[in-house]
Amino acid sequence: MNKVVKNAKEAIAGIKSGMTLMVGGFGLCGIPENCIMAITETDLRELTCISNNAGVDDFGLGLLLQKKQIRKMIASYVGENAEFERQLLHGELEVELIPQGTLAERCRAGGAGIPAFYVPAGYGTEVAEGKEVREFNGKPHLLEHALKADFALIKAWKGDTHGNLIYKETARNFNHPMATAGKITIAEVEELVPAGQLDPMQIHTPGIYITRIFQGTDYEKRIEQLTESQ
Amino acid sequence: MSLTKQQIAQRIAQELKDGYYVNLGIGIPTLVANYIPEGIEVVLQSENGMLGMGPFPQKGMADPDLINAGKQTVTLLPGGVYFDSATSFAMIRGGHIDLTVLGAFEVSDTGDIASWKIPGKMVKGMGGAMDLVAAAKNIIVAMQHTSKDGQSKLLKQCTLPLTGVKCIKKIVSDLAVLEITDEGFVLLERAPGVSVEDIQKATEGRLVVKGDVPEIKLV
Repeated sequence: MNKVVKNAKEAIAGIKSGMTLMVGGFGLCGIPENCIMAITETDLRELTCISNNAGVDDFGLGLLLQKKQIRKMIASYVGENAEFERQLLHGELEVELIPQGTLAERCRAGGAGIPAFYVPAGYGTEVAEGKEVREFNGKPHLLEHALKADFALIKAWKGDTHGNLIYKETARNFNHPMATAGKITIAEVEELVPAGQLDPMQIHTPGIYITRIFQGTDYEKRIEQLTESQ
Repeated sequence: MSLTKQQIAQRIAQELKDGYYVNLGIGIPTLVANYIPEGIEVVLQSENGMLGMGPFPQKGMADPDLINAGKQTVTLLPGGVYFDSATSFAMIRGGHIDLTVLGAFEVSDTGDIASWKIPGKMVKGMGGAMDLVAAAKNIIVAMQHTSKDGQSKLLKQCTLPLTGVKCIKKIVSDLAVLEITDEGFVLLERAPGVSVEDIQKATEGRLVVKGDVPEIKLV
């Protein structure tokens, strides 16, 4: 049950142009820095990326946008990226914006074998276009479908050789639901330990969801909005 | 005198009740945390996965793994907890949040809200706003009553793409506190020195005035 690979380059083997990737993180918090960097060093193109955000111009998924490796972005908020906006307004990039909770639940459902579900978010807005509406308890809901990815790229704080994961603070965010929804899920961690060394009662993502795991290097962990008390 | 952004936040803070779980949006809503009345305990939820959000960190103590929904570095208070995004929105969708405060570009007199997109000009995305307005029991909008060039933002019908329909119950603007009922915008309070007539002029949607309208009190 050893899922350990050497590094990001080895971990992303098998990703092909045109595939759909889930990429964990919220803003730049908890993003799989090593795997993103490794993809920038390949010729992969026409990728569909499902991620809450699109990074900033020169970090995170912004790096893949710069290299025009992404054809379609599925996200909830993309406000921090000028290159993204430029590509979008010039029709170089396809974008699907999804309410954040619906996005998270679609990933969760993808991993949990629930093909579709109803939520109230987006009813009466452009998000509802083309979607089935059904009333429950007097309130209209939209039918939303599960999401799956060819590869899910996620980042955790600590992991073991079985793929059991622990996240740090708010870096958990989309990493857990996305970990469950990849046909192949790659976890990069700051500290990789032998199975049995993590407290089984403290595990956030059980290793069953993880296909490959490696200890990342040189984490920058860039802060988007540094705010301090006066 | 119209209210400043800080004063709008201060007035909204008067709506907090002991034991409330509260989600504060980006902008003016974030400032509400600075005015939580003494003797009242509220727990702040940040939809990126935290309950018990505390103030910004001391200088030099910022932690890149600990941010709020506005991507700002924050702290966690004792008793606080972290969770994933699906769990976070399950809390929101499940009606466990007592109060949501968010900003808006426009609100209609039937409670529709537009807050996420200006076609041809700004496409940033809705983030969690659509989930929040669709599910929250109690939503207060913090906003400016008019645009910079004097156009009303409290309308008969929103002109911008909607975030949600028939979901807003209360507005605190720089000019007034209003409740939205079947009759329209019911004027509850007015900013100090601002007349009912001023508010009428600044409100394009149906405005309902019942009896004397008291001034907003900021303690």
